Amino acid sequence: MLINQFLVLGAVLFCIGVYGVIVRKNAVLVLMSIELILNSVNINLLAFDRLNGGNDGAVFALYIIAVAAAEVGVGLAMVLLIFRNRKTISLDDLSEMKG
Amino acid sequence: MGWFLEHAWLIPVIPGVAFALIILFGKRMPRGGSEIGIASMIAALVLAGGAAYQWINRVDSSHEEVTPVLSRWEWFRIGDLRVSIGSHIDGLAVVMLVLVAFISTLVQIYSTEYVRGDRRYTHYFASITLFSAGMLTMVLAPNMVQLLLGWEIMGLCSFMLIGHWWEEKANSEAALKAFWTVRVGDMGLLVGIAMLLAIFNTLEIGKINELAAAGDFESKNLLMWAAVALFIACIGKSGQFPLHTWLPDAMAGPTPVSSLLHSSTMVVGGVFLVARIYPVFHIGLDMNIAGQRFNLVAVIGGITVLIAAALAFVQNDIKKVLAYSTVSQLGYMMMGLGVGAWTAAVFHIFTHAFFKCCLFLCAGSVAHTGSHHSFDMKKDMGGLRKRMPITFAAWIVSTAALCGIPFVSGFFSKDEIIDSAKYNDYKIFYVVGIIGAFMTTAYMTRATYLTFFGKPRGGAEHFAHELEHEHKTSRDSSWHITVPLVILGVLALVSGYLNAAPFKWHWFEHWTESSIGLPFGEGTFALPHPPEFSWSAAAPGLLLVAAGFGISLWLCRALFGSETSRLRGLTQRNPLLGAGHKFLVNKYYLDALYEKVIVRGIAYPISKAAYWTNQHILDGIVNTVGKTGRRTGDLVYKYIDQGLVDGAVNASGTTATSAGGALQPVQSGKVSMYGALLFGAAAVGGLVLVLVNT
Repeated sequence: MLINQFLVLGAVLFCIGVYGVIVRKNAVLVLMSIELILNSVNINLLAFDRLNGGNDGAVFALYIIAVAAAEVGVGLAMVLLIFRNRKTISLDDLSEMKG
Repeated sequence: MGWFLEHAWLIPVIPGVAFALIILFGKRMPRGGSEIGIASMIAALVLAGGAAYQWINRVDSSHEEVTPVLSRWEWFRIGDLRVSIGSHIDGLAVVMLVLVAFISTLVQIYSTEYVRGDRRYTHYFASITLFSAGMLTMVLAPNMVQLLLGWEIMGLCSFMLIGHWWEEKANSEAALKAFWTVRVGDMGLLVGIAMLLAIFNTLEIGKINELAAAGDFESKNLLMWAAVALFIACIGKSGQFPLHTWLPDAMAGPTPVSSLLHSSTMVVGGVFLVARIYPVFHIGLDMNIAGQRFNLVAVIGGITVLIAAALAFVQNDIKKVLAYSTVSQLGYMMMGLGVGAWTAAVFHIFTHAFFKCCLFLCAGSVAHTGSHHSFDMKKDMGGLRKRMPITFAAWIVSTAALCGIPFVSGFFSKDEIIDSAKYNDYKIFYVVGIIGAFMTTAYMTRATYLTFFGKPRGGAEHFAHELEHEHKTSRDSSWHITVPLVILGVLALVSGYLNAAPFKWHWFEHWTESSIGLPFGEGTFALPHPPEFSWSAAAPGLLLVAAGFGISLWLCRALFGSETSRLRGLTQRNPLLGAGHKFLVNKYYLDALYEKVIVRGIAYPISKAAYWTNQHILDGIVNTVGKTGRRTGDLVYKYIDQGLVDGAVNASGTTATSAGGALQPVQSGKVSMYGALLFGAAAVGGLVLVLVNT
């Protein structure tokens, strides 16, 4: 079983996702990076699912896909509203939370 | 078996790979990626042609029932359910593969001229290639999941292509409307697929057909609901009544896109799905109301034929006339499938693809050269007959095919549908069919008259002056545009002879019908055999076509030919006609119904109810809790707080203030910094976990 390759792929995707979340200024791209992170988790789940020969991992992955879809829906709606109010989706301009 | 049949899965893979290449390297290519797209479509066409050749050999050399050629790999597995990906090649798949690859190739060649210099030239070719890949994936799907995959790829690409010029708000709204309207139907597809899995315990198309045709299911009621759910998807995709409203708006995209969308891909998807798992619809939607047995597919198709044809009369935009004509012709296909004329309906998909693609490309050619990029027939066209001879010739041939003039392709397919309706006990739909043919001829005569005859107006007049300056009598579009027009025009003329009932030529039927798993033979749901052709049976329809041409020509001459006609402004003077005209112009108020009544009707009461709950119930609770809390608080304050706690609180407060001051820089308000902290903390946590566990 080629479990290592899958795990490496998952790790690489995860790192790309984290990099995107931290570095990108565009809110939509950050959402996309979050998707990458979620999908790297899915790859791990499915890899271990295959290794152990059950269905649990696949079912978890399906749940994650469904939740991710909902999350992106909400996230994009928020981005849209922010864009309507301020004509920008650059995250650097959204610093009201500054303490 | 044949190499091409076994490797048919390459056909969608090639454009799929081409899409990736165009996206990655297209901008650096000398022709902006269009060469990759065209090359991939030609490769797909060659493979599809090879597959068609070998399939015909296979059918001709076999004396028994022909079986489909399957090649599959496991895609994923959940529990015992194994879903495969691959190809399922039978007559229907072969027809569609050749058709899609062929039309896509021509449309891409045409596009190189039509969208030349566009700012998103590369993206255009990327999307249109992926679009073809989606349709090809769908037509050779061996199971419902791959079909869904192709279906959704097409939905996405149609959104991108319709909204290609999204800078204009109307275009991006049209794209959204197309996407969401089709999505309404797509829910039905998901539900329907799940129900099919529950009923037949398999997702393989071949097996579903076999089991449904053999009546091997527990309850017909359940099958009916599955078929209804799937049919909703077909209504959405194929623009059937009442979800047809997105199709005319989809004209916002570039003309080659409309042409591809409306001829062989996208809108045919719904009809294809009905044809693909035909036994499910044939048996599932077989209704029996008030002693009258009928099929729901035929009813929806019949309604669509008439309402769409009526709408085509009041359009001034040439592309919208063609759009409603497509809706109406799709209605014919659905009607054909509903009345049990499977072959005739599939044959109509085949012939319709050529002549409708040709008509759209002609409209594009007129706008590109003759009318200064306007599609308004009344303002910017007229008198282009001699000035654009090739376009005119292709238009006339395709119009003849669309109207069903004898010995042109459309006649053979449409007449067989109408004939089958008559012989299979659908008398009403026979009448609907011939009235539809009458209306088709009438509105196409109107469009032809306005575009090519009479005096040039607006943009066309300008074009005429340009020609006079250059001392030319005609100037057609460049060869990128005219060559596809000529090829399609010739095919619009001759493609019907593959299945010409008057001459008893039935090759198309012979090659496609086997191996689908249609329920021929005996039984309650047996399909009737196609009726024998006779000129006397075709005569009423042909007479009505002739009448439609005559009346429409007379009206057009009276209305648009002279300035002083009594008929001019009739809709303003006669209140009854005016009301009818307004009703049609407003598209039966269906758009208003969807937006104002349904969307608001559902959204407003919900928000009102939520507000009421919020104000009365939640606030009441909160207020009571608040009042009680306050009284308690007063007591506590008096005795405990002041005396006992304050000291402790003050001490902790001071501590908190200093801690807050220290941590303040962390709260920078920068999302990326929060993200970095989050992942940093997670990494530390993970490290601790590893250390603890080892």
